[in-house]
Amino acid sequence: MNIEYIKEKRKGEIADIISRYPADRKKSALLPLLHIAQEENGWLPVDAMDEVADILDIKPIEVYEVASFYTMFHLKPIGKYVLEVCRTGPCCNVGAEELIHYLEDKLGVAVGETTADGLFTIKPVECLAACGTGPVLQIGPEYHYHENLTREKLDQLIDELRRAN
Amino acid sequence: MGKKILLEHINVPGINTLEVYRKMGGYESVRKAVNEMTPDAIVEEVKKSGLRGRGGAGFPTGMKWSFLDKSTDKPRYLVCNADESEPGTFKDRYLMQRIPHALIEGMITSSYALGARTSYIYVRGEMMPVIRILEKAIKEAYAAGLLGKNILGSSYSLDLYVQPGGGAYICGEETALLESLEGKRGNPRNKPPFPAVWGLYGCPTVVNNVETIADIPWIVNHGGDAYAAIGVGKSTGTKLISACGNINKPGVYEIELGITVEDFIYSDEYCGGIANGRELKAVVAGGSSVPILPKNLILTTANNEKRLMTYESLSDGGFATGTMLGSGGFIVFDEQQCIVRNLWNFSRFYHHESCGQCSPCREGTGWMEKVLHRIEYGHGKMEDIDLLVSIAKNIEGKTICPLGEAAAWPVASAIRHFRAEFEAHVQNPDSCCKKHLHRELVHSH
Ligand SMILES: Cc1cc2nc3c(=O)[nH]c(=O)nc-3n(C[C@H](O)[C@H](O)[C@H](O)COP(=O)(O)O)c2cc1C
Ligand code: SF4
Ligand code: FES
Repeated sequence: MNIEYIKEKRKGEIADIISRYPADRKKSALLPLLHIAQEENGWLPVDAMDEVADILDIKPIEVYEVASFYTMFHLKPIGKYVLEVCRTGPCCNVGAEELIHYLEDKLGVAVGETTADGLFTIKPVECLAACGTGPVLQIGPEYHYHENLTREKLDQLIDELRRAN
Repeated sequence: MGKKILLEHINVPGINTLEVYRKMGGYESVRKAVNEMTPDAIVEEVKKSGLRGRGGAGFPTGMKWSFLDKSTDKPRYLVCNADESEPGTFKDRYLMQRIPHALIEGMITSSYALGARTSYIYVRGEMMPVIRILEKAIKEAYAAGLLGKNILGSSYSLDLYVQPGGGAYICGEETALLESLEGKRGNPRNKPPFPAVWGLYGCPTVVNNVETIADIPWIVNHGGDAYAAIGVGKSTGTKLISACGNINKPGVYEIELGITVEDFIYSDEYCGGIANGRELKAVVAGGSSVPILPKNLILTTANNEKRLMTYESLSDGGFATGTMLGSGGFIVFDEQQCIVRNLWNFSRFYHHESCGQCSPCREGTGWMEKVLHRIEYGHGKMEDIDLLVSIAKNIEGKTICPLGEAAAWPVASAIRHFRAEFEAHVQNPDSCCKKHLHRELVHSH
């Protein structure tokens, strides 16, 4: 497995982030650096987390316990595009649940699973602060909001992503 | 049209840029603050304004600011809570996305008032697009001398940074947020000590909501008395309400506190009435954590007075017949919505989001979810309904942070006002939610 290391590749950015906190509080950079490591790898392999621990002079366990607490971090390999669909009440009341089932049927996988070609994982998430324009979906690492989702919009989005590969 | 403080210029093209924002009078409060006012004078104006925290609890902002421990020579911090994750709430995201400089101006003026030299805006990680917008706006502000060393030529200097979260509702709780900002799991702290004494890095800290901070420039520009003249009683000023659900016009509205709930739901200026010609069934008025009220009680109080959009009127009658203004997340349910299913969904949410530190919350939220699941899916027993009430009661007041209550109140209130619907699910599961029985919504974990 190829790990994308960030220490050199994103050097300037990392230095800039660390400069935001008092010198003895470098650990504050942990979440921002985990986002960068995940952006490079698509998920967070142990070696990538160990590198973050090394950059911040903290123990690897301090990184693992944080990475596993927050829902945005993927600790296992995952599809290239993680389709994060809001499943919270207000979105369900305007059709999110039906759309999640539509997506499952369309891609032939259940939520939490990845398509055989490795392209898509369906991941239900909680309220994305877009309840007035639900149903809503995001795809990392940009996390653009796709709002007022319909079956047609989903079809189009999936087609575009497939074509890009 | 009511008075607009935050959204007056929302539709001006280019209002997201520094140039247009300044043309519309933006950053005047920074000029006035650093050149003409002492920090204490600003705190006084905020006290006079009667502004109450817009994050949910409604605590008076001026009072919170005056608690900030100035007896030590440790640095002081202002941290903006932009974690907005309470289901039904989407006002802060809207504001930051459309008028990022409104928050940045508020951060500068407020930081000056509090004597902070470094401030952070903690934005939930899912809002990466908003983070990029804020970072761009901050860059513009630095370039214009509004941030950094010697702001506008004064002796005041400030650095402002955006911090991304990692996805966790609990990080909206202010001490969990501070833990998260320190690079840890988002476990709420025991209080006291409060952040005003022991906050970020053990230093005196104020945590305020996005909307609260964005209100400060207007108060500095026009004075606390002018702000207090808007609204009624102890509900002064305007409030952003994010309205969603089965209404004709979902969206973010700035209201003068004091309009009637009826007007808010039915007038064309706001929600525009119930969608698809249906009837109103119930409302969750302040984000998923506050008690749900049926149509009659959301429109009028138990004393038959028109219910107003104010902190006091919405809570009139206590939890027996009232609710809370909360975060302003206004969720409307039409006659076809199933209360049991919605409650199960919210319980699933709270169970998923419990940080797990205290057993009443960790175990209680899981148990409530399980019981609601079996009622919703046709396997409930009559005793389950009272069981839910008693689990909810055993969480309340017994936890480190208010997430426990946030999970308990919706359950207690839904059963209080819609018990018949729960009974119907037990007695005749096919009557209401049959369409859901054959296929479950994705499971929790
Ligand atoms: C579980 C939980 C979640 C919360 N989420 C938020 C939030 O997303 N945004 C927010 O401003 N306040 C949230 N709060 C309230 C904060 O703890 C705090 O009261 C608020 O940020 C203070 O700012 P204010 O006085 O300006 O309202 C939450 C509280 C709890 C208990
Ligand atoms: S009440 Fe729940 S969320 Fe809050 S500290 Fe306890 S377990 Fe964590
Ligand atoms: S419930 Fe889906 S964005 Fe809020």
